[in-house]
Amino acid sequence: MNLDLVTEAFGFAFMQRALLVTVVASIVCALLSCWLVLIGWSLMGDAVSHAVLPGVVLSYLFGLPFAVGAFVFGIGAVALIGTVRETTRLKEDAAIGVVFTTVFAFGVVLVSVTPSQVDLSHILFGNVLGVSDVDIVQVLVLGAVAFAVLVLLRRDLTLYSFDRVHAHVIGLRARRTGAILLGLLALTVVVALQAVGVVLAVAMLITPGATAFLLTDRISRMLLIAPTIAVACAVVGIWASYALDAASAGLVVVCQGLAFTLAYLFSPTQGLLRRHGALRAGGRGRQRAPLSLTAAEGTGVGSVLPSAETDGTRAP
Amino acid sequence: MTPALQVRGLTVRYREVLALDDVHLAVAPGEACGLVGMNGSGKSTLFRAVLGLVPTSRGDVEVLGGSPQHARARGEVGYVPQTDDVDRDFPVSVADVVLMGRYHLMGWRRRPRAADHAAVEAALDRVRLTELAGRQIGRLSGGQRQRVLLARALAQQARVLLLDEPFTGVDAASEAAVSSVLRELVADGCSVLLSTHDLATLPDLCERSVLLHRRVLAEGPTAQVLTPENLALAFGLGTPGSARRGTGAR
Repeated sequence: MNLDLVTEAFGFAFMQRALLVTVVASIVCALLSCWLVLIGWSLMGDAVSHAVLPGVVLSYLFGLPFAVGAFVFGIGAVALIGTVRETTRLKEDAAIGVVFTTVFAFGVVLVSVTPSQVDLSHILFGNVLGVSDVDIVQVLVLGAVAFAVLVLLRRDLTLYSFDRVHAHVIGLRARRTGAILLGLLALTVVVALQAVGVVLAVAMLITPGATAFLLTDRISRMLLIAPTIAVACAVVGIWASYALDAASAGLVVVCQGLAFTLAYLFSPTQGLLRRHGALRAGGRGRQRAPLSLTAAEGTGVGSVLPSAETDGTRAP
Repeated sequence: MTPALQVRGLTVRYREVLALDDVHLAVAPGEACGLVGMNGSGKSTLFRAVLGLVPTSRGDVEVLGGSPQHARARGEVGYVPQTDDVDRDFPVSVADVVLMGRYHLMGWRRRPRAADHAAVEAALDRVRLTELAGRQIGRLSGGQRQRVLLARALAQQARVLLLDEPFTGVDAASEAAVSSVLRELVADGCSVLLSTHDLATLPDLCERSVLLHRRVLAEGPTAQVLTPENLALAFGLGTPGSARRGTGAR
């Protein structure tokens, strides 16, 4: 990589702003994507990012910050999906599909009747090279809020993702945690909208988490790996868009896809090549597991038998 | 003595289907009670209703003399799901899962303190999984995973334990470990309600049993409940032996 070209690219103010917005959006999306991927809510990210379209258009029409309309429609779509799923026999994917395509189509219609004010391609694919000061402040503030809530509530979010019944049983408000997560999703989509647009926000909400999941089996590490990869992809993607004079959002997402591909092939634990290698080497990497497994089983039996005999003699 | 768990006239409907019909049930403190019935007999629904996970049409549930919500808020009810209900690919360690039994005792950020780590260690020791504390939960046998879920309820210090099919798909060593811990808990005054197909271990573990098929078909001392006639009624199959093989093995 030519260092001069890098310095040159990020010497421009518009490039610095583009980088800032994309990095902030990448971090928040990547954090959230870890839980979305684990719960199986990737489609929910898809739905919310598309459903904000009419909200954005209406915000422009009424002269409001785009975040307001986007957030309202994001939350509205989530509520509508929940209602359709709970009051019909439809499965979740059908409920999501019906709601978000309809809302998105409504947005497309709105755009078509207000052609002079709204550029559809900017909403769909982002306009990161042309962000205004207001946009930047909006992204920074909303991004900071989403980031703080995600980090502070990470253990509750993980418990919710893993076993919401247990959360309910020990008296935590599992439904509220779920609602917070969906609210954060809407908020994050609003942040990502500016950087990569509606369509590619979906990728940012899935790919980093999916990549991190291939690289580790601890969520605490996923929550570090996913944002790190996403930031690297943001920097490389934005720079590449300058060097190649190509779509910045597209390149950021392509970078994320490449990172996923690398993880898929070379992950030390789950990588395709590693698994093939392990087969050929006779499972060298896994040798420790079966050994300690049998040891634990052994102690289990030994300790159990004596106490079984004393049962029934002790009354409370 | 106030029962630890009291269910009166509980009726649950899923749309047109009557899942539970006027179920009465009581578990005393320091008692282990077996809940026997075939798949679809309402065992899981009964648990879900007691835990407040499904709306009930009629009847009421009391836990430790108070409302189930109150008992849940105090972490007094422990639920040990079937191992199949847990996402084995989820990127958490054994110790992480057991620590989740303590979340209601922590502040809103769920930052564990020394007492929490000590409780996790003690719980893992009781189910003989100390060496596997750092292992991802997918890399365990089904029986070990069952013990992890039991350890979570131990760390929670629940007084009333509901176990859904704790012996299904579980190796003999884990079954013995789980049974042993349950006996200790009962001796300490905890109450246990466990659903099972495994009629062989039931008489050793539970003095009393309830035979369920949407409604209570029989209840009383386990030996008297598990008669061939009752089992034929509950399982709709011939002998108890065939009933067990027909529904328990998988």
